[in-house]
Amino acid sequence: MSAFIEMRDVHKSFGDNEVLRGVDLSVDEHQVVCLIGPSGCGKSTLLRCINALEPIGGGEIYIDGERVSGRGVDVNALRADVGIVFQSFNLFPHMSVIDNVSLAPRKVLKLSKEEAADRAYRLLNRIGLAEKAREFPDRLSGGQQQRVAIARALAMQPRVMLLDEVTSALDPELVSEVLTLVSQLATEGMTMLLATHEMGFAREVSSKVVFLYRGRIEEEGPPEQMFNDPQSERTRGFLRSIIEAKRL
Amino acid sequence: MAPEELISVVPPGASERRAVPFRGNLLPASIAVIMSIVVAVFALTMLWKFDRSLHVDGARIAIARIIEIILGVATLVIPFYGIRALATSRRAERLAASGDHQNARIAVEDSREHIWVVVGIGLTAAVGGFIAFLMSANQGAVRSVLFDWSVIWKSHSGLLQGFWLNIKLFTVSEVLVLVWALLVAVVRSLPGRACAPIRFLAIAYTDIFRGVPAVVAIYLIVFGFALAGVPVFKSMTQNGQVFWLAVLALVLVYGAYVAEVYRAGLESIHWSQSAAARSLGLSQWQTLRHVVIPQAVRRIVPPLLNDFVALQKDTALVAFVGALDILNFATIYKSQYFNLSPVTGAAIAFLIITIPVTRFVDYLIRIDKERTQAR
Repeated sequence: MSAFIEMRDVHKSFGDNEVLRGVDLSVDEHQVVCLIGPSGCGKSTLLRCINALEPIGGGEIYIDGERVSGRGVDVNALRADVGIVFQSFNLFPHMSVIDNVSLAPRKVLKLSKEEAADRAYRLLNRIGLAEKAREFPDRLSGGQQQRVAIARALAMQPRVMLLDEVTSALDPELVSEVLTLVSQLATEGMTMLLATHEMGFAREVSSKVVFLYRGRIEEEGPPEQMFNDPQSERTRGFLRSIIEAKRL
Repeated sequence: MAPEELISVVPPGASERRAVPFRGNLLPASIAVIMSIVVAVFALTMLWKFDRSLHVDGARIAIARIIEIILGVATLVIPFYGIRALATSRRAERLAASGDHQNARIAVEDSREHIWVVVGIGLTAAVGGFIAFLMSANQGAVRSVLFDWSVIWKSHSGLLQGFWLNIKLFTVSEVLVLVWALLVAVVRSLPGRACAPIRFLAIAYTDIFRGVPAVVAIYLIVFGFALAGVPVFKSMTQNGQVFWLAVLALVLVYGAYVAEVYRAGLESIHWSQSAAARSLGLSQWQTLRHVVIPQAVRRIVPPLLNDFVALQKDTALVAFVGALDILNFATIYKSQYFNLSPVTGAAIAFLIITIPVTRFVDYLIRIDKERTQAR
């Protein structure tokens, strides 16, 4: 069986700065893969490459057997299938919560206003924010904003979700509400690729953990092995520094 | 090199707080007292001169006198606060000398407050005094030459007829400028090498039309091209369709300004907003239309309004190509009555439009902020 997301020898540079130096990664359908690694190791860039927010410099990316990198790709159709949630939420501040969630279904999927609003309401209900539908993003807490951002991505009914350090910008007491939502998605079988610093969470939800170091995959494996018995010295060093920071 | 010893960050004598010196404000307070007296004397003198220059009687002079007395008494507030400022400042010095620094600082803060009152009312009185001087100069000639209400009233129907043309001009031009300038700004922000020539075109346009005086652009477009026999322009000018040529000139000149305002607005929207929209599958155009432009426009409303007020005033320039706008009517009446008051009437007409519009837009901005931003 071929993987759902397949990255082959992916390279990416910003000017002279080589951020990804040949990444081979595969994510199966319904799998939850966690990307861990020090800041600047290329986690965010890797996610952005998958939905073509960043064009890649070399290599190939396939989703469900179809090449999605390089020329001749309908990026808008690709992105409609691949949801991404950012560290800093990036909600649209001039739109109410409901409009944030229903904008893309209306404009990209061409749903009618009623259908899109209906879908948005059901999603907001699901994340427990239906009563905030008419509020504007600036009036919500960080955790609520991030949940809305997740709902906004889910409204496109994506086949895979990319989560880019979705809790890093949150106050500690708001982290759990977002992680609870993410693990619910995982249990329901959503294919997900997430960059995270929450090691406890990664251990709990992921089917595979990937340690990225300086633009290369240093080590990957099931969470038990990665956290209990890492093979690489660099992985061990990274996990040790995390433990020192009392995050594990 | 030998490893250096760690620098200590504990201050010497950490338990003792450094003594904070007392800083008085005797000098500013003294200046305030002097200036307050000078300004009050100036304003009162001008008020007196104004009173002498009045040539009215009966109820009018009574009303004028009452207003003058109120203003005169209000003027006395300035030296009153000047003296209080100095007195409080001296009290602060005494308190400081007796070692009560806390109360001395409170007194200095009070004194500063009084100085600001002097500055605020003093400036107002100085401006008022200057206006009184203008109004009373040459036996009140300014009033009879520029503010003869009976002349303004006699010319009001013609002025309003002319102003209707100005209103049509700026309404049509503003709508067109909004669309045209946005187009130019968006073209200027197009990415990629293929778009370089069209980007260059947009840059050249903004550079040239921002540099050309509006009156010159109007002259060239209404008269110049017709004179040179350029087909469409010639027939339009001959058929008296000056209106649309004037609109074209105004749109081209103000489009260049407003395009730059738009561009600043578009560039101020963080790229992460575009990234979020694109990542949902919105096309580049949809992202602009639904995410970037709505946010940019909200930010640029004040400078946009600025340019629109300027455009409204510049519609008076069509008088130079013979269009019968308010300024042209005012000039006609001016010659007829040998009095400049109709021109003042024209000025008032513009103010009656621009000031309420400005306040209304301020109100809209406030409403939008209250709606979308955290309390």
